[in-house]
Amino acid sequence: MAEDDVKIESAAEPAKAEPVIALPVPALPPPSADLPLLRIENVVKQFGSFRAVDGPSLDIRRGEFFALLGPSGCGKTTLLRMLAGFETPDEGRILLNGHDIAQYLPHERPVNMMFQNYALFPHLSVRDNIAFGLKRAGMARADIATRVAEMVALVKLEGLEKRKPDQLSGGQRQRVALARSLARRPQVLLLDEPLAALDKKLRESTQLELMELQRRLGMTFIIVTHDQEEAMTVAGRIGVMDAGRLEQVATPRELYEAPASRWIAEFIGDINVFDGQIEAREHHRLTVLTRDAGVWAVAEPRNPLTKTTVSVAIRPEKVKLSRRSPASDAAHVHSLNRLEGVVTDVSYLGGLTTYKVKLDTGAIVRSSMANTTRIDMDAYGLSQRVVAWFTPDDCMVLEQ
Amino acid sequence: MSERHIFARPARFAAIAPYVWMVLFFLVPFGFVLKIGLSQTAIAQPPYTPVFDVAEGVAAIRAAFAALSLDNFRLLVSDDLYVLSYLRSLVVALVSTAILLAIGYPIAYGMARLPKRWQSVAMMLVIVPFWTSFLIRIYAWINILQHDGLLNQILLALHIVAAPVVWLSTDSAMYLGIVYSYLPFMILPLYATLAKLEPSLEEAAADLGAAPSEVFWLVTFPLSLPGVAAGVLLCFIPIVGEFVIPDLLAGSNSLMIGQTLWLEFFTNKDWPVASAVAIVLLALLLAPLLLYERLQRRQLEAR
Repeated sequence: MAEDDVKIESAAEPAKAEPVIALPVPALPPPSADLPLLRIENVVKQFGSFRAVDGPSLDIRRGEFFALLGPSGCGKTTLLRMLAGFETPDEGRILLNGHDIAQYLPHERPVNMMFQNYALFPHLSVRDNIAFGLKRAGMARADIATRVAEMVALVKLEGLEKRKPDQLSGGQRQRVALARSLARRPQVLLLDEPLAALDKKLRESTQLELMELQRRLGMTFIIVTHDQEEAMTVAGRIGVMDAGRLEQVATPRELYEAPASRWIAEFIGDINVFDGQIEAREHHRLTVLTRDAGVWAVAEPRNPLTKTTVSVAIRPEKVKLSRRSPASDAAHVHSLNRLEGVVTDVSYLGGLTTYKVKLDTGAIVRSSMANTTRIDMDAYGLSQRVVAWFTPDDCMVLEQ
Repeated sequence: MSERHIFARPARFAAIAPYVWMVLFFLVPFGFVLKIGLSQTAIAQPPYTPVFDVAEGVAAIRAAFAALSLDNFRLLVSDDLYVLSYLRSLVVALVSTAILLAIGYPIAYGMARLPKRWQSVAMMLVIVPFWTSFLIRIYAWINILQHDGLLNQILLALHIVAAPVVWLSTDSAMYLGIVYSYLPFMILPLYATLAKLEPSLEEAAADLGAAPSEVFWLVTFPLSLPGVAAGVLLCFIPIVGEFVIPDLLAGSNSLMIGQTLWLEFFTNKDWPVASAVAIVLLALLLAPLLLYERLQRRQLEAR
């Protein structure tokens, strides 16, 4: 492992010193600190009667690793293709360094894309695939050779330079695609589901390598993925898309702990959600009468609520189980939420065990607890009567 | 074990069937033609000697073998008529194939880029001429190209020409006929290759800074070469031996080898020389045939 790290370092170091290749784009305004690298303004793309992208706006900062996350058909790939220039927006603008890039064709944009199927040229060797973009930029032959060698070392493909794509494994092809898209030092690297074709283990290690690479090169990466774990692992910020709109743009933690809507709360991770009515409000505490799960005390959200009909929600790992009502000091005891019920399902997953607790009202509350010891003398079994409890601060209030 | 027995016999039959076919309908007739090619012409029935007759005994057959000679092949090399015919055939085939490629490639490229439902319509349009007999279509061209034909009428009506132009019995008419007849054979393999081409490859090339013309010459065209080779050979090989089109549309001052062969066989009744012409033609086409066969096999293996 240590040796690999050294290799990356030595390969990436001279890369930083070299000037960026002159691309055939008319001089863009110099990058300024207060300007986002990329600004997307109310961009719309219509395919027939279908609005693939429906007016999202978004700023992406220099050096950021940004993820566009959403279910398939949400418009995230179309948005990415508009950044690359393969689709033209019907409305709105895309600004790179404050410069509208609408009029530039894909080959004129200082943006490169890594394709989902890698799109490696089957008739060219690994070396020629990586050199393809450099030759188009009119780089000198000797410089191309240096840059290709550097890229090959960066993605650890030494010795495979003369192979054709069909002589490589899936993981190796993925690396060639990455090296090829990085070789021109694009101002923005677009990654379209770059790891979807890899198996789980390889995908996870490649996610870490991608992050490492992005940090080392200081480049701006925009990744499109439908895999929320992948987005949360690699990205500093995530834009969640649904039906062509950006539902929320936030850090992974914000997205998980403070989702902007019930849809996002349910899309990201697991969650227990109950509909209810706000009954009282005092000292930043709301009392919500739920339809199926009794009365909840919840922390008042920062954004003011507009309606009294809301949903309250709690993530399963924040729901604890115990045999008796938890004893705590008198000052807090009334503010804990307690739901009594019977364990109806136990799934042991290794690191975690998840439980389904059927409340007396018939509603199900899910809880997951970390298996912090090898031998658990006190595990909950089926049909056991338990109290599921959680604090008001761990609850979320969501508007529909 | 029992499973293997069930499948063994039909499988073995299927494997040898093409060879049986080849021996019966290619090698045996080829043997006859070769034998006639080595014989001498004679005013007799059949019109050549020697004739092998098993009834006359071993000695007679041995004598017949001794009478075979390469004289006809020597004639082909020594007489300008044949050499020029072969050359003309090759030139006509080369020029026609080049024109076919230049016309067929853009059509196939355009077809492959049509929306999916229009592609099958375009495919039908390419194939539709096959529904009419080839001969009828060539005769239709004679009608169009003749002195008071459709083409001259249009040109006169539009005042592009003052007097009817002689189209028929020219090389232009022959090339027109050949290109018209063989275009589907060029378009279809090209279309098949281009339609299979992954569109993201062209996008990737553009993304990496290739201008549209570079995308075509560096990615699209090299990847369509198997289709180009198939289309070129599929047209070139039969055009070399083409008889009907030059006979009906071209002038009679220079002949393609197919016409020379026809003359020798039907007009001169010189079966031995006609056979020798056919054998040399086959030998000439063997190289491109083998090339085509190899390309086909490689494409099958690549799949």
